[in-house]
Amino acid sequence: MTQQQQTAGGDVRLAGISKTYGSFTAVHPLDLTVPQGSFFALLGASGCGKTTTLRMIAGLEEATTGTVFLGDKDITDLPPYKRPVNTVFQSYALFPHLDITENVAFGLRRRGIKSVKKQVDAMLELVQLGDFARRKPHQLSGGQQQRVAVARALINHPQVLLLDEPLGALDLKLRRQMQLELKRIQTEVGITFVHVTHDQEEAMTMADTVAVMNGGRVEQLGAPADLYENPSTTFVANFLGTSNLIGGEIVSTGENLVVAAGGGKLSLPRQRCSASTAAGGRLLLGIRPEKISLAHADDAGDIPAGRNRATGRITDSSFIGVSTQYVVESPAGTALQVYEQNIERDTRLVPGAEVVLHWNPAHTFGLDAAQDIDAGATSVEDAE
Amino acid sequence: MPVLRWIRRNLVVIAGLLTLAYMILPNIVVMVFSFNKPKGRFNYAWQQFSLDAWKDPCGVADLCGSLSLSLQIAFWATLGATALGTMIAFALVRYRFRARGAINSLIFLPMAMPEVVMAASLLTLFLNMGAELGFWTVLIAHIMFCLSFVVTAVKARVMSMDPRLEEAARDLYAGPVQTFVRVTLPIAAPGIAAGALLAFALSFDDFIITNFNAGSTVTFPMFVWGSAQRGTPVQINVIGTAMFVIAVLMVLVGQLIASRRKSNARN
Repeated sequence: MTQQQQTAGGDVRLAGISKTYGSFTAVHPLDLTVPQGSFFALLGASGCGKTTTLRMIAGLEEATTGTVFLGDKDITDLPPYKRPVNTVFQSYALFPHLDITENVAFGLRRRGIKSVKKQVDAMLELVQLGDFARRKPHQLSGGQQQRVAVARALINHPQVLLLDEPLGALDLKLRRQMQLELKRIQTEVGITFVHVTHDQEEAMTMADTVAVMNGGRVEQLGAPADLYENPSTTFVANFLGTSNLIGGEIVSTGENLVVAAGGGKLSLPRQRCSASTAAGGRLLLGIRPEKISLAHADDAGDIPAGRNRATGRITDSSFIGVSTQYVVESPAGTALQVYEQNIERDTRLVPGAEVVLHWNPAHTFGLDAAQDIDAGATSVEDAE
Repeated sequence: MPVLRWIRRNLVVIAGLLTLAYMILPNIVVMVFSFNKPKGRFNYAWQQFSLDAWKDPCGVADLCGSLSLSLQIAFWATLGATALGTMIAFALVRYRFRARGAINSLIFLPMAMPEVVMAASLLTLFLNMGAELGFWTVLIAHIMFCLSFVVTAVKARVMSMDPRLEEAARDLYAGPVQTFVRVTLPIAAPGIAAGALLAFALSFDDFIITNFNAGSTVTFPMFVWGSAQRGTPVQINVIGTAMFVIAVLMVLVGQLIASRRKSNARN
């Protein structure tokens, strides 16, 4: 684990938890701590084990090995109906034969609470569905059903709320709206949220801490900005946003590493390199597309000294309003991505133009070159 | 031609009404002849209106005894077949086990097999086992052939049920029993009810299998068959009409409840 977390009363702690189906390992032994009151996201492509992990916390899936702690209590062997944990399911799983009130009241009634009206009304108010109390689930839109599912879980005041791709079935605009809504609710009620998603933007928007999962393992865990700026594997670098990865050989070490790559020399701060930094070793240099500036080859002389440079030719450009996205072919890489803000557009930057890419060496990160350079790159589109 | 145009425009309605008439006409004949006062033993020609049979439906020897026996058998056969069939349907849809595929197709066997053949082989089986023919052999036979219909009806319903609903119930503090009673059963209920109704109807009017395996016991269909050879009492029409009216009333009440529930949900 990259982060040290203090153990408070209601933390969810997974110790060596794993799940195998026959010869297939869905989740490799995993240690994970979700601090009480935090918004925690499990991010990964479909089949990475994130939903299985969530279901093991809920008790809907039996762990093959390991222990699930809630605070100091071992809940590994408790059935789901005895765990102070509630789930918002991907398909909402609202009871079709009950109206909204009874759906929301279900958990309270099962625990023998008779007068539920006040609590149900308050909960429907929280998710802004007060007028729909007597409707049946199928009479509600997808977004409304989603809010009922949240209300039905939250009314039980669980110690942890588990959300399994809760926004997956909504269209983009509604999804953005619900992300803010869920974040607002979480802040309001202060319950620990564990949110499973394959949408990296969703994870970064909502969560305090994101665990990126791949192949049944947690690849990296941290705050969204930290993960984005300092990915420690190529999978994280490619899955969270876009990265340009350039292979090279370390020629000199020191405070700054100098790497020979693409016929030139690039440098990066030593502490931003997660791999071994011995001279002569190979390294993957990473740079985010928006951190690169683009200059026409004629203006190359104006680029300040001390910046990393790479020459190339624009092969494609797409104008998307707020920015323009260029694809540049360069000795350093065949399809480098560059995002330029549309502040002062240089009309010479069209496909075919010779350009120089330049960026601040401090914005470069270094990764172990032994990894698959394309790991996680295509899975964003493939997911679901 | 205005007449032709009128026919063309209303062709669907006309075809529908004709089909309806085709289905209902036999029932109407039964009803009308329940008010007949036939001359002689056969109720085949209209003589005059009379309420005699309605005033004394059990006036024919053995008729009401056979009716009550048929109702009892149908009740128990429905209960048995629905309970067993529902469990089988859940097992077939929800669980993976050996020979599941084979059982899935074996379930259809009683539906596909000619009834006469099944009746004869059942009789052979009962005789070889030394079972005494009567109420119990008929009941066993009825449960057997009703089972496949119940399984088929319930299976269709269970297959369309999201297993996540039960997970949601368990997640919301419902134990196994509560989950079944509060979620599984209410959602599967329409399928189970359809299966039960089918079983009741099939059992109540089964003749072939019953006739082979009843021994000296006489059910209502057997009574009708027997009397048809010696003369048909009007009371048979009375019973038939009453059954028909009760069935229609039940459907109407069911629809009334459903529509009331729907309009309640909307308000």
